[in-house]
Amino acid sequence: MIETLGIWMAAFLTLCILSFLYKDNPFYKFAEHLFVGLSAAYWAVYYYFNILLPNLIQPLFGHGQLLLIIPLVLGIMMIMRLFPKVGWVSRWPLAFIVGSYSGYNLITYLQSKALEQVRATLVPFIQIESWKNLFTNPGVMTFLNAIAVPVVVVGVTTGVIYFFFSKEHKGVFGGFARIGVWFLMIAFGASFGYTVMARISLLIGRVYFLLHDWLGLIQ
Amino acid sequence: MNIVERLEKLDRRIIFLLTLLAVVIPLLLPIGFKIKVSEPVKLFYDAVEALPPGSMVLVSSEYSPSTMPEVYPMNQALARHCFKKDIKIVGMGLWPEGIPLNQASMEQAAEEYGKEYGVDYVNLGYKAGGIIVISAAAENIPNTFPLDYAGRPIEEFEIMEGIRNFDNIDLIISLSAGDPGVRHWVMIAQGRYGKKVAGGVTAVSAPAFYPYLNAGQLQGLIGGMKGAAEYETLLETSGTATRGMDAQSIAHGLIIFLILFANFFYLLGKRRKK
Repeated sequence: MIETLGIWMAAFLTLCILSFLYKDNPFYKFAEHLFVGLSAAYWAVYYYFNILLPNLIQPLFGHGQLLLIIPLVLGIMMIMRLFPKVGWVSRWPLAFIVGSYSGYNLITYLQSKALEQVRATLVPFIQIESWKNLFTNPGVMTFLNAIAVPVVVVGVTTGVIYFFFSKEHKGVFGGFARIGVWFLMIAFGASFGYTVMARISLLIGRVYFLLHDWLGLIQ
Repeated sequence: MNIVERLEKLDRRIIFLLTLLAVVIPLLLPIGFKIKVSEPVKLFYDAVEALPPGSMVLVSSEYSPSTMPEVYPMNQALARHCFKKDIKIVGMGLWPEGIPLNQASMEQAAEEYGKEYGVDYVNLGYKAGGIIVISAAAENIPNTFPLDYAGRPIEEFEIMEGIRNFDNIDLIISLSAGDPGVRHWVMIAQGRYGKKVAGGVTAVSAPAFYPYLNAGQLQGLIGGMKGAAEYETLLETSGTATRGMDAQSIAHGLIIFLILFANFFYLLGKRRKK
């Protein structure tokens, strides 16, 4: 019974939200406001019971872990943002967070996002095995495998050249920068394609819910 | 008013209606387009397949109901794959909303394969802190997660015997829809601790992870509903992702047609104005 009620409510709210595609209307407004209100309440309760209570309140006041006074004070200082006269106090905990997080992340970020990526680009320009494979087993995939490394190297080099702004993009240098723009455009196109796929997937998810769970038209 | 001018003033609701039909009709009347498995998904499958029975996989769920159509089918298929191979799952999450979804996936697969909570799988729940949690768990899992998702002490569970840190985990899989997610698992678990990491991500974020795959930082990658459908194909099961692929293909065809159609008439109109 409760499950059926939940499905009907979810179906009604889904239709309310989708009705915006026709035009703005009171049903959409109702669903939108309900979502915002529920989300705010959900997160307030969730953060209290799952973060503040087990990580701060219980260990500090229940088990006397006095070291936790430091994050408590920093947290209270952060809330000072709400009071304009003493708002500047919140800069201190913010500075602490930014500083500690940056320090913590710097090395790992450099390792995984820069050094490992550079290493992956520093490979022999001609992959002999891939070319052998192309000649013994010609096909689209073997061809793409054979040219993969040159494409990566040329793409990375020309892409970086495009972002080198200390020299005017003219002549041979400008030509390389233009090739870099093409690589960037292809990458943006691929990203856009994936974005379309993601949005359509979400629509499929909702339509599937309506046809399967609500109306029972799909087995 | 000629056809070009009429099309320029076309009510966008007609496009919405066409997109809706492109999704609804294939869901009601499936066509059964063939699903071709891509290399990143095959690598993901192989990474799990290579594990011997009794291995331990850590599945971290970093997604929410808003991205369920894309990531949840991966979660379900992964749980089935692990239990089919008698691989044990330690679940956790860096997003609180991902915990019940991961739990539901594991429970469903456990029922199908006769697996038991606490023996074959466990859900350690959510812990706030993102990258800090990964680092802490890498050093000491029981200290980082003393209780499971329902508040029970983890020492009660047989599966947790002998699990101290990431040395006792054979493969880490992050199913993520944003940050914290796969990126952070690569940074800490793979970069700092040298663990094997694989990822399942939403289609929007998938292009950003191909460099990680190319550099060998990821063992495999599933991207969006299409990737989930490929994974289901490899497992020879038909889940919600496979069922959505006909609609996905028709909708993509429609969008490609609309882009070409609109550009053709845009250029035609531009030429006429000259």
